[in-house]
Amino acid sequence: MEKPLTALIQPDGIPLDLNGYEQAGGYQALRKALTMTPEAIIGEVSRSKLRGRGGGGFPTGRKWDAVPRGADTPRQRYLVVNADEMEPGSFKDRLLLEQTPHQMIESVIISAFAIQASIAYIFVRAEYVLAINRLTRAAAQAEANGYAGANILGSGFALAIHVHASGGRYICGESSALLTALEGRRPIPRARPPRSASNGLWGKPSVVNNVETLCNVPHIITHGADWFLSLSHSTDGGTKLYGMSGRVKRPGLWELPLGTPLNEIIEDHAGGMQEGYKCRAVLPGGASSAFIMAADFNVAMDFTSVPKVGSALGTGNILALDDRRCPVGMLRSLEHFFAQESCGWCTPCRDGLPWVERILTAIEAGEGRPEDLDTLARHTIFLGSDFTFCDLAPGAMQPLASGLKHFRAEFEQHINEKCCPWHDSAGGWA
Amino acid sequence: MTNFLVDGKPCSAKPDENLLQACLAAGLDLPYFCWHPSLGSVGACRQCAVKQYANEDDKTGHMVMACMTPVTEGARYALADPQAVEFRASVIEWLMINHPHDCPVCEEGGECHLQDMTMMTGHAYRIYRFTKRTHRNQNLGPFIKHEMNRCIACYRCTRFYRDYAGGRDLDVFAAHDHVYFGRHEDGTLENEFSGNLVEICPTGVFTDKTFSARYARKWDMRGAPSVCTGCGLGCNITVNERAGEVRRIVNRYNGSVNGYFLCDRGRFGYGFVNAPERIRTPLMRGTDGKQTAVSRGDAVAHFAALLSAGGRIIGIGSPRASLESNFALRTLVGAANFYPGFSTHEGRLLSLIADILSSGAVHVPSLRDVEQADTALVLGSDLPNAAPRAALALRQAVRGAALALAAKANIPHWQDGGVRTVAGEALSPLFVATPAATRLDDIAHTALRAAPADIARLGFAVAACIDSTAPEVAGLPADVAAQASMIADALLAAERPLIASGVEAGEESIIQAAANIAFALRARGKPVALMLNVPECNSLGLALMTNGQAAFPAALAEPASLVIVLENDLYRRADNTLLDAALAATHLVVLDHSESPTTRCAGLVLPAASFAETGGTLVSSEGRAQRFYQPIFTETDVSAAWRWLGAAGSTAGNHDCAGWATEDDIVAALAHALPRFSALPSAAPPENFRNAGCKISSEPHRFSGRTAMHADRNVREPKPPVSADSPFSTTMEGYYGKIPPALIPFFWAPGWNSVQSVNKFQSEIGGALEGGDPGVRLLETRTEAALPYYAAIPKAFASRHGIWQAVMLPRVFGDDEQSARAAPIRDRTAAPALALNAEDAALIGAAAGQWLACALDGETLRLALEIHPELPRGVAGLTGLAAKAFALPSWVRLTLAGPGAS
Repeated sequence: MEKPLTALIQPDGIPLDLNGYEQAGGYQALRKALTMTPEAIIGEVSRSKLRGRGGGGFPTGRKWDAVPRGADTPRQRYLVVNADEMEPGSFKDRLLLEQTPHQMIESVIISAFAIQASIAYIFVRAEYVLAINRLTRAAAQAEANGYAGANILGSGFALAIHVHASGGRYICGESSALLTALEGRRPIPRARPPRSASNGLWGKPSVVNNVETLCNVPHIITHGADWFLSLSHSTDGGTKLYGMSGRVKRPGLWELPLGTPLNEIIEDHAGGMQEGYKCRAVLPGGASSAFIMAADFNVAMDFTSVPKVGSALGTGNILALDDRRCPVGMLRSLEHFFAQESCGWCTPCRDGLPWVERILTAIEAGEGRPEDLDTLARHTIFLGSDFTFCDLAPGAMQPLASGLKHFRAEFEQHINEKCCPWHDSAGGWA
Repeated sequence: MTNFLVDGKPCSAKPDENLLQACLAAGLDLPYFCWHPSLGSVGACRQCAVKQYANEDDKTGHMVMACMTPVTEGARYALADPQAVEFRASVIEWLMINHPHDCPVCEEGGECHLQDMTMMTGHAYRIYRFTKRTHRNQNLGPFIKHEMNRCIACYRCTRFYRDYAGGRDLDVFAAHDHVYFGRHEDGTLENEFSGNLVEICPTGVFTDKTFSARYARKWDMRGAPSVCTGCGLGCNITVNERAGEVRRIVNRYNGSVNGYFLCDRGRFGYGFVNAPERIRTPLMRGTDGKQTAVSRGDAVAHFAALLSAGGRIIGIGSPRASLESNFALRTLVGAANFYPGFSTHEGRLLSLIADILSSGAVHVPSLRDVEQADTALVLGSDLPNAAPRAALALRQAVRGAALALAAKANIPHWQDGGVRTVAGEALSPLFVATPAATRLDDIAHTALRAAPADIARLGFAVAACIDSTAPEVAGLPADVAAQASMIADALLAAERPLIASGVEAGEESIIQAAANIAFALRARGKPVALMLNVPECNSLGLALMTNGQAAFPAALAEPASLVIVLENDLYRRADNTLLDAALAATHLVVLDHSESPTTRCAGLVLPAASFAETGGTLVSSEGRAQRFYQPIFTETDVSAAWRWLGAAGSTAGNHDCAGWATEDDIVAALAHALPRFSALPSAAPPENFRNAGCKISSEPHRFSGRTAMHADRNVREPKPPVSADSPFSTTMEGYYGKIPPALIPFFWAPGWNSVQSVNKFQSEIGGALEGGDPGVRLLETRTEAALPYYAAIPKAFASRHGIWQAVMLPRVFGDDEQSARAAPIRDRTAAPALALNAEDAALIGAAAGQWLACALDGETLRLALEIHPELPRGVAGLTGLAAKAFALPSWVRLTLAGPGAS
């Protein structure tokens, strides 16, 4: 089984330096890409059916293709890497940033060439200090060796790469808010139109891609779209970094073919649940995805199958809810995060999420009222898409809406018994 | 027009309009918060949600925010969709989670957009049971009160303050439901448009501190349509009165002039009306040399006797008095003996401006026209200080480039977020050439600093670049020539170029240069607009009335038996020593509303009405004649100056004064006497205008306390006063329906109690008022009209050893004589100072803050030194010395003043 993204990760956790990376075949994809036309690269990426790994799953080739090309379009274009990984339960990009910094840099250069961007920003979560240091050094080495900067490898293509540490808020991971933050302003998501592809950073054509998404690009260039498609068990191409946390035996992160069944990840890779725990449900793609119940654990973890069981692939980083953990408490904890991370721009999110959190806190504390469930249900609709300005609140409503559906009995038990039934069980969040 | 269906009913709107605006224009009640006609749409509050259907077959539809949705031909929308209705109520419910519900003690109560929208959505029942978040409030200075707990986070305050008005010291802090709108720390809001926060805020976060001191509910105050007297722009205001006091000033929408916004000088400078130094009875100087109160009859008799005594009688008019009063004085003393109350220098400048503007050779722009300019040159004027509302209009004009870029990207102009994303910092070209830095520099393509003579030369050079028949400037340095050619190219490339200058530029040559540029552009077929700012509310009116007549100091040089001064403090306008001598040698009658050095010299002082105790007509710098109306009716001797003049004149047997019963009579006489004013009677409906046989009520229908408010003096209800000059009833009795736009006493519509109700009075949202914007323009372009180029090009400025050219640097607060009497304005007024550039300061060995002695008008002023690095060498900037402006231009000697010297 090929693992292109993680193949070069060293057992000692020290990433390959420039020499090591070159000896392992690094920057060959870039040399090849520079002999291709940007259109050919975009065509190859489109054929590979690479889809965004940040949670949205938007086809990467299509995103790049939307950037205006031609003599009469703005010359300044930007490539922006969204490395602001803050989705609760997700830690996949961190691995790539810390362990394969040159792979990231090479991906950035090829992708920037594809959209003819002359400036690239890697917008990294502020707490990822190690990643920031390693990326900064890798970018400097790449430039010192002619892979970045002016006239890359004699091709005439120039690219400046900037590693930018986020000021730190979840909303900065929303791609348009990220651009606003990068411009030095309050990270408020932007109204569409315009699309970032035509008017993004500083109003210029821009592409914002997730770390894992871009790290696939050199491999697609090297091995071709057909090879990339062949890696997958799904109709979309490539491998996927799946992660799992919760009371499993081996929490961790694995590069597996896209479309690997959920129960295989839980049982084979995460080693199953710890002794004495059963997995009741999972959030398959981070905190902004809906619960998948145990009956559906045979679902293939890909972009098309997960929605069929009412959830989404998201980041592919799975959170397990076990049978000794209070689902209301878990939701309270998640909604606390979302309420705190609302940017404060639109009313439903800013003032609805704290209310949701307070109701969940009250229910967990045995102070819930039957009508609270109606209020929560109303919020799951009115904090949904179309009603709010961006996708933060709709994402926050995914676990709540599915939780209200699947754990209705537990909610009612809290309210009727005026206490948390899990109160005395082993608490804490593994 | 675009046709669409709302709840099955056909509606139409301008193409590309947003659905919210279209619904409001169609008279539908759709609630909103973050949208504002001047600020556009950002989709933050989510209050205007409606259902949109894709086509006939779409039965489910999807939710859209009306403010973010362009209406499209044939589209179907539902306001009444149950889910949309429920969602809109939910938005209010969320906003109410943390709102303190302190309406009974909130000064917004009764005119609160949040109250209105809450009622509109029907949300009434609170189910949220947890604690509310609370904030600490800030002291924001003398104008604005801050009560952050009421905030519903619509972001209108920061969008207005930062994006629209260019302020920097108000921002949003923190995140989620803790967002905080304020300053980084307690302190006075610096921007001169901060008062608009009171009206922009949909609830009571920002309220009027000056109003708070003498608060009344909106429904308990009389409203009078009025015109701001703070500068020459003629912004429309509503004056609110209760119990004989002006309680506050609010914006009165005029689509062609001030739109939705006023400056702080205009809004907060009304305190002089209520001040103790008001003159409320006639005063006559007795044999003991003291002025004592006399009866109205005695005052008129004495005045008439002075008029009948013969000899040379001269009248001095006033740029801050109405056309009516000025014309009354002119009639009383005869045109040949009527002198404009300008300083000699200002008189020359205003005479020049009146010549240019009344020639018909060039378009005189309204402020709306200024906003539409696509390239602008400001020559010599510090507009943000001298005419703030015009500077705000220019700030909108430069956004034209951004709107054009957005239009190319198919972003409608009202989609503010999208426009800003697409266009970023794109600005239409604005060029500013002034001696000192201005608050327009931040949006200027180029901000040039030069001495006045060099600014004029630059202007002349620009004109010569545009039209080769305009006079050339000899000996222009290469860099200035390059700048002139750059500016000329930009103006020629523009579709709607604007040239702005004004009296505050201080030099005739600058105004002439500005005119030359406008003439040159016109010669090249450009639809150019020339804005020439004037300092006071009726400067232009008086200049048009007296054009060609010398200013008063020349008249005082000859002995006179009687000098009549109308609403004017001559000591702000002429050499004080000469005045002392001239006024001591004559009988002096002064008509004014407040004490001044001039009233203290008078043998007879007559209590003239301020703008709040009478009506009248003022001519703005646009040449727009606008009527203001009387809000205060009190039983004192105070009356319009023209009434005093008429009474004395007719007692003295002057038949020309005998027929004046109302303002309309004088207006008719003026229109007849001076063809320039022939359109004057159409500025507003006459006194005998009636609607459905009724006068127009000036008090809201809910006015309370009418029978009680005077009970401390008399328990019987007094007979209501009668407004002799206007079609207003002074009470709540009268007509409330559709009112001619010049007569709207307050904006109020069913369900719309706040100032947002103005959209019910407009012919299109953000456009003209229904029935046309108030006022009549006296100055229009005539195709055949032309003026020759001015050719008196000054020599280049050369600094002189040991002396400096003094220029006045205007200040928004304190320069205007009347508003400077108001305590909150005094709070904002900086001490007089003298500015030099660093090298010049070093030359005399002075450091910032050190005292300098400066001789001006025979007086040695002691001024603190400010270092303005941008000032040209050899130029000294004087600030806070508007009362000494008559002594400029002049060259001054500067010396270090020892401690304690005065």
